[in-house]
Amino acid sequence: MKPGALIIPLFVAIPLAGAFINSVIGKKNKAISDIIGVVITAVLVVLSLLSVYYVNQSGLIPYSVGSWKPPVGIGLVLDGLSSFMLVTVNIVAFLIALYSVNYMERFTAKFRFFTLFLLMVAGMNGVVITGDIFNLFVFLEIASVASYALVAFGTEKHELEAAFKYAVMSTVGSLFILLGIVLLYSYTSTLNMADMAVVISKSGFSNIIIFVTVLFIMGFGLKAALVPFHAWLPDAHPSAPAPISAMLSGVLIKSLGVYTLCRIIYNVIGMNVVISEVLLFLGAVSMVIGVFLAIGQWDFKRLLAYHSISQIGYVILGIGLWTPLGILGGLFHLLNHSLFKSLLFLNSGAVEHATGTRDLKQMGGISEKMPVTSGTGLVASMSIAGIPPFNGFWSKLIIIVAAVQANRYGYAFWAVLASVMTLASFMKVMKYGFYGKLRAGLESVKEAPFYMQLSMVILALLCVSGGILLLPELRAMFLDSAQTALSQGTGMAASILNMVKI
Amino acid sequence: MVVYVLCLMFFLVGIYCILRKRNIIKIIVGVIISEYAVNLFFLLVGYKSSGRSPILCSDRDVQYMAAHMVDPLPQAVVLTSIVIGLATTALLVAIAMRIYGKYRTFDITKIRELKG
Repeated sequence: MKPGALIIPLFVAIPLAGAFINSVIGKKNKAISDIIGVVITAVLVVLSLLSVYYVNQSGLIPYSVGSWKPPVGIGLVLDGLSSFMLVTVNIVAFLIALYSVNYMERFTAKFRFFTLFLLMVAGMNGVVITGDIFNLFVFLEIASVASYALVAFGTEKHELEAAFKYAVMSTVGSLFILLGIVLLYSYTSTLNMADMAVVISKSGFSNIIIFVTVLFIMGFGLKAALVPFHAWLPDAHPSAPAPISAMLSGVLIKSLGVYTLCRIIYNVIGMNVVISEVLLFLGAVSMVIGVFLAIGQWDFKRLLAYHSISQIGYVILGIGLWTPLGILGGLFHLLNHSLFKSLLFLNSGAVEHATGTRDLKQMGGISEKMPVTSGTGLVASMSIAGIPPFNGFWSKLIIIVAAVQANRYGYAFWAVLASVMTLASFMKVMKYGFYGKLRAGLESVKEAPFYMQLSMVILALLCVSGGILLLPELRAMFLDSAQTALSQGTGMAASILNMVKI
Repeated sequence: MVVYVLCLMFFLVGIYCILRKRNIIKIIVGVIISEYAVNLFFLLVGYKSSGRSPILCSDRDVQYMAAHMVDPLPQAVVLTSIVIGLATTALLVAIAMRIYGKYRTFDITKIRELKG
């Protein structure tokens, strides 16, 4: 067993154990559920940074659950892309848990919130590290079911309506994914992803693979809210409590939608020109339609939700370019978007906490009263709009450069246009929401409590310093290893199987 | 072949129910039907006509058994999938009950406060 293999199952086991303990003893002692939530996510951050170190030391790390060797048993695989996603998911989850300590005070059953939250984190980590396609489906459903319950957490009219819509649409998406898995199983007679990739690359392309690809693009596209499948997102994300909106928009749609889609298309089925065209088209459409729908919104969180659709379009566009630079840009944008979008949702939560409104027309001038919230909000807005030197600028620049290098001038143009529109809509947010004259009735507004400020400030610092990841040493450690995991394509499968056999 | 077509029709009935029905409970039933159709399809993939149950016994050799057994893996996996379906359904029903408590109706055309 390679060094570091033992930490792989901990990514699922620790949050699951935390959720269980929390549901048992959290009701009696309120402080303990906060401590469990924050400490467990902090441990996961440390472990995920450790996993980056181990992946750089020894490359691919397989782990066989219960010593049943794959392809018979369930295999977990840690590679560059997995460790990249683990860092993204766990950093955001930790900061959101910190934020929830103060924010969730207004709900009665806070320990239930942390239980569901940890279940969702367990599901997302599981999706990222698993090497077995049915196991991936199970973790995907764990995270999804927890997120349906979390969207409905407030049990008010809007929450319930949004949660029902989200649950039904997402279940249909899951069914398409399961159908795809069944067809792949009947074609390859294995459920191990590496084994599947070997069988598919041996037997060549056939009609059933095309059908399965379409099913996966539909299913995972629904989870990732790409444009023809996006109708649930603008309802579900604003209705949830602010930390959950941040979690859903920040990491859930990425680990359940984008990561799984890329992983299966690149590493199992194998990328080809047609899929690349489809992804580019879906990405560009989401990017442009998302931003056009966003610009007219007056509800702060709804506006942010539409921007999530648009920014996911950038990620898919970068990954769909099928060049190393494009994949790198797409993945880097995925990380950056999870940082600044969760920061923006946390800002909207802080504003709602203080003023009780999400309507931009009823806000205005609160920057004097809430300097930390509006300052971090400004940082996040400039990041998402792509103003240098914030992190969003670098990743968008890489995606646009990659599109130009691949001779996709049209897509590069749409990316620039969507970026300009993003800037316009965030100027509107800043003008109406935070700056300008203080609106009457908001004189008694107070700044957010300590933990909420702390997590917002940390996220803002990460947004400012995100560009550091492009320095050659850090880039080789973190982004390049994630990008090579995808660009290797189905070649990775053989090396996983070889490693397991020894 | 007929079984697969029937299974597909079963799935389509479920999808039709989700898309066209206005009653929340009927939508949930649609979700259940399409879930069962996919589970059934998974079982059919491992099915072998006049095959025997996948239990190794000592009176036959392994080669013979392997040739005549149905595939055990889909059966094991479908169990998990059914449990997941149970969780989803329970949550959907719980949400539907809460929706009824707030709106006093199951009709989705009257539950439209969000713009979509």
